[in-house]
This record gives sequence, structure tokens and C-alpha cells, in this order.
Amino acid sequence: MKTSSRPQRRGLRRVIAVALAVMGMVAGGATAVAAAPLPQTEQASPYNFNGIIRDGQTPVEGVEITVTGNGVDETVATGADGRWMIGVPSTGTYTVSIDTSTLPEGLTLRDPSFESREFEVGGSTAVGVLFPFGPSTGGSPGADPGTGSSGSPGSGEAPAPGDGETPGGTSDTGASSNDFGSQLLARVISGLSFGLLLALAAIGITLIFGTTGVNNFAHGELLTFGGIVFYVTTTLVNWPAWIAVVVTLIASAALGWAHDWAIFKPLRRRRVGLVQVLIVTIGLSIALRYFYQFLIGGGTYGLSVERGDVLQIGPVLMRTSGVVSSAIAIVVLVAVGLFLTRTRIGKATRAVSDNAGLASASGIDVDRVIRIVWVLAGLLTGGAGILYTYFIGANIKWDVGFTILLLLFAAVTLGGLGSAFGALVGAIIIGLVTEISTLFIAPDLRYAIALLVLILVLLFRPQGILGRRERIG
Amino acid sequence: MDFLSIINSAASEILSPTTAAFALATIGLNIHFGYSGLLNFGQAGFMAIGAYAFAIFTMMVDPTATLGWPVWLSFIAAVLVAVVAAVIFALILGIPTLRLRGDYLAIVTIAAAEIIRFSVRTQDLTAITGGSQGLRGADYKGDFDAMNPLTGTTYGFGPWTATAYDTWVRIVAWSLVIVALVLVWLLMRSPWGRVIKGIREDEDAVRSLGKNVYGYKMQALVLGGVLGAVAGVMFVLPRAVQPDNFATTMTFYIWTALLLGGAATVFGPLLGSILFWVLLSFTGGVINLLHGMGVFGDMSGSQAGQIRFVLIGIALMVLVIFRPQGILGNKKELSFNV
Repeated sequence: MKTSSRPQRRGLRRVIAVALAVMGMVAGGATAVAAAPLPQTEQASPYNFNGIIRDGQTPVEGVEITVTGNGVDETVATGADGRWMIGVPSTGTYTVSIDTSTLPEGLTLRDPSFESREFEVGGSTAVGVLFPFGPSTGGSPGADPGTGSSGSPGSGEAPAPGDGETPGGTSDTGASSNDFGSQLLARVISGLSFGLLLALAAIGITLIFGTTGVNNFAHGELLTFGGIVFYVTTTLVNWPAWIAVVVTLIASAALGWAHDWAIFKPLRRRRVGLVQVLIVTIGLSIALRYFYQFLIGGGTYGLSVERGDVLQIGPVLMRTSGVVSSAIAIVVLVAVGLFLTRTRIGKATRAVSDNAGLASASGIDVDRVIRIVWVLAGLLTGGAGILYTYFIGANIKWDVGFTILLLLFAAVTLGGLGSAFGALVGAIIIGLVTEISTLFIAPDLRYAIALLVLILVLLFRPQGILGRRERIG
Repeated sequence: MDFLSIINSAASEILSPTTAAFALATIGLNIHFGYSGLLNFGQAGFMAIGAYAFAIFTMMVDPTATLGWPVWLSFIAAVLVAVVAAVIFALILGIPTLRLRGDYLAIVTIAAAEIIRFSVRTQDLTAITGGSQGLRGADYKGDFDAMNPLTGTTYGFGPWTATAYDTWVRIVAWSLVIVALVLVWLLMRSPWGRVIKGIREDEDAVRSLGKNVYGYKMQALVLGGVLGAVAGVMFVLPRAVQPDNFATTMTFYIWTALLLGGAATVFGPLLGSILFWVLLSFTGGVINLLHGMGVFGDMSGSQAGQIRFVLIGIALMVLVIFRPQGILGNKKELSFNV
């Protein structure tokens, strides 16, 4: 142990050097973005409407918003940070309208009917109201008034029914009518697309676990990395979307490779125990996550990418972006499946997952397979980062990957640790459970339900759905 | 902010009630991981259970006002409620997972802790738990404040000056830390402790001696969890109850403190917790100083401050690779193989 510590030290220095170099390109543009201030926590009124008026990235000051109904008639202007908030004393239906004459020149609402809308104040205390602006300005509707209060995914806003935007939610899929059947159908479709995205990221976890035995708690940061590089390339330096996608995928694959080269390969050489490696990944996760926050700040930032129109398919409303990301996810997942079953490297990967010693003895270069798995995991997860930021409303936050990390683990464990196809099944189940549960319980509990399903499955079938008995010890 | 004040605020962390609460949680985790080899990644969940059970019992039942109990009895009753809640939580966690391999316990405990946090911050329970806003300190501190025998305004000297209420929290919290340390010391040299350590070293060997391994593991999980819950109570006495204080990150910091001081040692958790908070305050101060000098350009102070959490992450990695036994530990006493 003692003798091998010198090369390891060098390895660790390499980690930091690589991390700095890879992120270096992010740093330049991103540091200028200041952290968004937290929304007010002290509220005089029990309920309120709030939001941020932004033209793309720039907050717009002095836009007048009016809330009327139930004896309330109040008008406020947005502050320098584009924020506004109007408190109301009781539940009921209110009309929220925007005075378009106070908007800056050239800024128009995408949907003119949004100038004045009715909202129901019910179970939730704060209702986020979005005013998406037209494509002529290139502005993004990614303002997310429900964020900032915490690092948690569900931020307390109930989706306003039927308006096509679900603040604080994971998707834009909604039902065009309020009957239960179409609501359920909408949730199922939304859950499927969420599940596909989870699968894309979860396959990386399960491949890494299968080949190396490592539970990678820093996997969420690979996803955030994809989102952040995509945010920087599209929004901060304004590259065309396809170049941004290519750059993001290359950078993500490089990060996956760097993980193995700088950290995990040296750790294998040292024969560091698996629990130690697990704690190393936790440290890596903390370091990377706060490094991202150091770079881009603690707020939620909209991406200047076009999210397409809202499509109506039967009773279900979907954004084009949601359809596109699901389609891409399916294509990639099929490709990964073919890779694992048809190609030599894929077969070697599965052989190493089954029994690394035997695979090595039969002439498979285990180290090479593991490196390829890391690159593949980086690529898939970075790609999932692009699609996920796109899916949740084209915005990015420093801990976006960490908030769904446990869902990824739930998916992987559900399907059976180490089984790539199990991860797909598990991810779809988790996606469906999170989305369908919002029909019955508060949306901010939907991740809790997914984790509860995980615990229940472990209780009754610890090896997971497609897992094998001997793995559970 | 000059250098002396950085040193002062770092030194004040040595005795702060937060450090004491943190040390209690770390001692609990030490029983789990250090002595029994259980990978509990949900210690923040135990703290949340303790904090919420204590605060909600005090606010909802309020025996002082409704039943006319003396304040000390109400306080102890509230702490007992927190302890019972933690025992129940540990049983729920342990029954399905203690028979499985170690990393399953890790995933289940981390998931359960997050379920607790999501549940207490959901809008549907705002009437009870305060939702994402949490609970106000003034609503549950009454009994504890009324027990305070100190009547002056401030106590202590130098960086360790505190108000009467804060001093009272410190006395109680640090006394509990001492009790917990003595308890761990006595337990681990008892026959029970030897069985626990045996399970950590080789579960099958202990089982072949006729010991009920599952039962012993469960006892260890409950004991460490109870210490976590008491830590949660001490953690919220100087502040308000905020659900997001009990996020996964808190668990990871507790782990960092444990591995820094040395797992499977009596004083490791104490030393680790103190060092953790002192170093966190110190690096925060230094970064603040550098920020004032314009090192970080036009970046905001809080954004630059994230560097210190990056340092925590790197420190955790380096520590677990190069010195997994921490400052006080003995490498042979460590269980890093599942």
C-alpha cells in the first residue's frame, strides 16, 4: 500500500487538473451570471401569485401585472430582477393579467390569450404564473418562478390546469380537459418520457456497477455537466444548437473517460475497497456539484433554445420538445441494446459484468472494457443531461442531476443492479410512478413515492425485477 | 473582515451548539459504521425525525399549557417522543435491509431520509410541519428557555461569548455529547460491543457462534439512530426547523466528520466534528477575505463561497483514499469490505 501511494498522488493531481481544464471553458462566460436572489419567504398574505418576467436571460423591470377577483384588485410592477408577487387573502378564482403596453418594444406574448388568464388558488400557497414571450424575440419561456426556495425538485406549486405550463413540474405534458381519463393518459405519457430519460442516465450507473462494482454517487453530476455545457454553448456563447449538442456530447464522453483515467483506474490499481470507492464518489459528487455552483451560480437559468409548439394529440397536450426528446431517447436506447447484444465490445462488457475474472482469463482486456463503459456512461448521461434540461422546461440549475440521482438509483435497483435491461424497465416504472402519483397526492411528494416503491420492492424481491439472486449477498 | 476575526469566528465553532449536535450525530453514525459496519447514509433522516417529532410534539400537545406539566417534564417528554420516533424509523429501515448486502442498506437509508424530507416539506402537511418554510424556533423553544437557570445577559469570554439562552443550549448539548461518549466507551468494551465488532469483522463467524447477528445489527441501528434523533433536537434548539437542513448533504458532512476524526474510535467523531466546523468557518473566512480583495472578479460573495464545499468534497476523497482510518483511527479496525 505504502509503495503505491506516489503514483496515486500524481493521479489525484491529474484529477484536479483535468477537472479544471474541462470546466475552464465553462468558466469564462458563466461567472458573469450572478446568483438569483431567493424569493421572499415572509409572506403577509396566505396565498400569492408570483413570477419572473424575463426576456430570454434579461429580467424586465416595470412590467405591470394585475390580479383581480374575490374583492382583490391589485397591480404591481416587476422589480429590477423581473420578479413580482401579489398576495391574496383567500382561495378562489382570480384573473391574472399583464399590461402589454408596459412591455419593452418588440416583446410580445407568444399566446395573446395569456394576456389575461384565470387561475384557481387551492391547495398550494403560491402559484407561479408564466408569461412566455413570442419566438420573434428568441426569448425563452424558461422562467421558473417556483425555484430558489431550496435544492429540492418539487417546489410547491400545483400545476395550473390546462394552461400548458407546469411551474416547478418535470414536464409540460398536460391534458386538454379535466376528466380523469385524459388526465391519466397525460400523466402516463409524461411518465413514459420521463422514464425514458431516466433510463438513458441509469444505464450508465448500471453498466459501471456491473463491470466495476462501484455505486457511482457522482453520476448525477455527469448529467448536470451535460446540461451545463449545453447551457453555456447555446445560451452564453450562442452557438447553433447542433454544434452545441456535438460539443456537449464530446465533452461528456471526455468527462466519463477522465473519471476512469484520473480516479477509478488508479483506485483499481491500489485495490481500494468498494465501500471506500463509494465514499470517494460521494466526495466527487460534492466537489463537482459545488464547483458547478461556483461557476454558474445558485439560480435557475433559462436556455435560449426553441422548445417548439404545444401539440394536441387526442386529449393530451405535449410540447414538441417532449416528443423529440422521447424519440431520441428511444433511438439511443435501442442502439445501446444492439451494442450490448450484437457487437464484440458489447458482449465483452456483459461478460465482464458477469464475471470479471473469467472474462479476463478468456482474453478480454478488462481495463479497456471498463474504460469504454465509462466513456459510454459519460456520453449517455451527458446526452440525458441535454434532454433532461430540455424536458423540464429548458432551464438548468447546478444540482439538477443530484435531485434525480436517487431516482436513478431507484430505477437501477428496481430493475436489478448490474442489469442494463433491468435499468430500462426500472426507469420506466419510476417515471410512471412519479407522474401518475401526482393525480392522487401533492406533486412535491412524487419523488418520495418513487423512493417508497424502491423500498417496498427491496422488501419483497431484493434482487429487483430482472436481477439474479446471488447478487444480493 | 481581517484575519483575526476569521480566527475568532473559526475558534467560536469549537464550542458552538451546532458542533455539539453534529458531534452527537457523528457518534451515532460511528456506532453504525465504525463499530457495526452498517452503511447508514440516512443519518440526516434520523436528525429530521428527532427535530420534527420534538418540535411538533411541543407545539401540538404542549403539555405545559394543556396538562399543566412542569416545563422540564414537557421537555423530557418531547425528547422521548423524538427518541421513540427514531426507534420506529430504525425498525422500519432495518427490517427489510439488514439481511441484504451492505450497499443495499446504503441506498435504502439514503432513500428513506429523502422520503422523510419530502414528506415534512410537502404543502399538504403545512399545517403540521410548516411545509417548505419549516417551523419557527419561537414556537417550540418555550419549555427549554423556561428551564434555563442562567439569568445574566452574556456568558463566556473571547470568541466563546454567548447569550444566556445560547449558553444554556451549549451546556445541555455538550453534556449530552459527554454522556454519549462515555456510553460508547462503556458499550464497546462490553460483551455486546465485542459481538458488534465481531459482526463488522466477520458476520458468518459470529453467526456460527450462535449469536443472532440480525438482532445485534438492529440494536446498533436503533442506538445510533436514537443518538441521531437527539442530535436533531439539539440542532434545532438554537435555530428554526428547516426541512432542507436535513438533506442528503448533511449526511455526507457527518460522514466526512467521522472519517476525518477516525471511525471506530471513541473520540474520533468529536474531533472530526470540531475540525469540520472550524475548518469550514476558517476557509469560508479566507475565501471571503480573498473575495474582498477582488480575487474572484465580479463574482458574488456567496458564489465564491462555494469553493469551500468543493474543498470538503476533495478532502473527503483524499481522506478515504489515503487515510481511511482518519486522525485517531487504526486501519485494522476499519470495515471497508461489504
